[in-house]
Amino acid sequence: MPDAISVTVNGTAVRVPLNSTALVAILMSRASSPARFVRRSLSGEPRGPLCAMGICFECRATINNQRHSRTCLILCAPGMDIRTDD
Amino acid sequence: MSVASHDVIIIGAGIVGAACALACAREGLRVAIVEAETIGGGATAAGMGHLVVMDDSEAQFALTYFSQLLWQKLATDLPADVEFESCGTIWVAADEEELAAVKQKKVFYESRGVPAEILDAKSLHEAEPNLREGLPGGLLVPSDAVIYAPCAARFLVEQAQSRGAQLYLPAVVTEITADGVRINNGSTLSAHWIVNAAGSWSPSLTPGIEVKKRKGHLLITDRYPGYVKHQLVELGYLKSAHSFTSESVAFNVQPRRTGQMLIGSSRQFGVEGREINSAMLARMLSRAEDFLPGIANLSAIRSWTGFRAATPDKLPLIGPHSAREGGRDNLFLATGHEGLGITTSLGTAALLVDQLLERPSQIPVAPYLPSRARENVHA
Repeated sequence: MPDAISVTVNGTAVRVPLNSTALVAILMSRASSPARFVRRSLSGEPRGPLCAMGICFECRATINNQRHSRTCLILCAPGMDIRTDD
Repeated sequence: MSVASHDVIIIGAGIVGAACALACAREGLRVAIVEAETIGGGATAAGMGHLVVMDDSEAQFALTYFSQLLWQKLATDLPADVEFESCGTIWVAADEEELAAVKQKKVFYESRGVPAEILDAKSLHEAEPNLREGLPGGLLVPSDAVIYAPCAARFLVEQAQSRGAQLYLPAVVTEITADGVRINNGSTLSAHWIVNAAGSWSPSLTPGIEVKKRKGHLLITDRYPGYVKHQLVELGYLKSAHSFTSESVAFNVQPRRTGQMLIGSSRQFGVEGREINSAMLARMLSRAEDFLPGIANLSAIRSWTGFRAATPDKLPLIGPHSAREGGRDNLFLATGHEGLGITTSLGTAALLVDQLLERPSQIPVAPYLPSRARENVHA
């Protein structure tokens, strides 16, 4: 992968193209899984990205210890620590 | 002569009116509760739901402490959505001068039976790691608690209804008549006693009482469980809370059972509109950020405002209106609780019922009697 950088999703290294959002990294980390959800709602329902432009808040995850980060708005940086709460 | 339809009409189903309704219904009185909009929609929704024992005056202490014991007794009956949480309060000292005041505060509480623990800089930091570095300490009062007050008001109303109280909602009282109230649909209700528990709106029904609207802002965050663990209030709180004229803000942050944080507080007189004042909200959040620098990076979900019913001496009006010149001997007041009505609702209700039934109370009622204002003027 040219111009790729490496981040971790739930502790596992993932390589993503430069200028990918954190959401892309999460989805790439699950490419082999049919489940494309990113988190669970308070009542335990699976939630996944809907708008991908910062409006729906369904793609939230913890990025570098910052909870409720909207992963669709944040570009990956080398070594970024992304944790989903699903 | 017509027969009264009720023994007592309570105007207002905020937490104070709701508590009064339940206390009256428990005595077997025939109760009517008349609410204009929603249960717990006024100052009840504009308060933080902090059940706090206050030390700013003996009278304030007596009523808040008496009330808190009543809340603790009720706690096991409260439904889950009331979110009763015994998180305790930490009064945070911002500097060495305030830390000196912590020692007096501890003596005040402990000599009156309320456990309190002095936290030094290290133990404060351990208790609340997200507070800024370098704070000198604080006072932990473990017995304080928090509730979600609108649901508590609804619960109290339901409990009253299960004992026969009748809820009129929505029904706006347009006038307190000689033997009851007139409602905006043209009907009237009659009763032996009328209790004005309409909070900020109480002076419009009983002109001349010394209650002023005081506007406050609140903000709630997304869920950050454990970010703060106690209700955190700056020790300078009373300095800002006790000015009767100016605008003020104070650091006051509360952990909710959901992991959310409720952030306050602001106070403004002379403002009628409910809109968010961005400058006031910014001042309030900036004060909170002084103590919790990390909150600038957290997400807020909602901010809102509301009006609290303030009195000049910071104590509520509980008792007969008749003690005032031109007063009426069947009209009682239970209003003017400002930011403490959620705590003091249960104590207020107990004192009110004792006065209706002409029996002694567990704490002296004199400091809260509506007649005290006149005595103060003559003093």
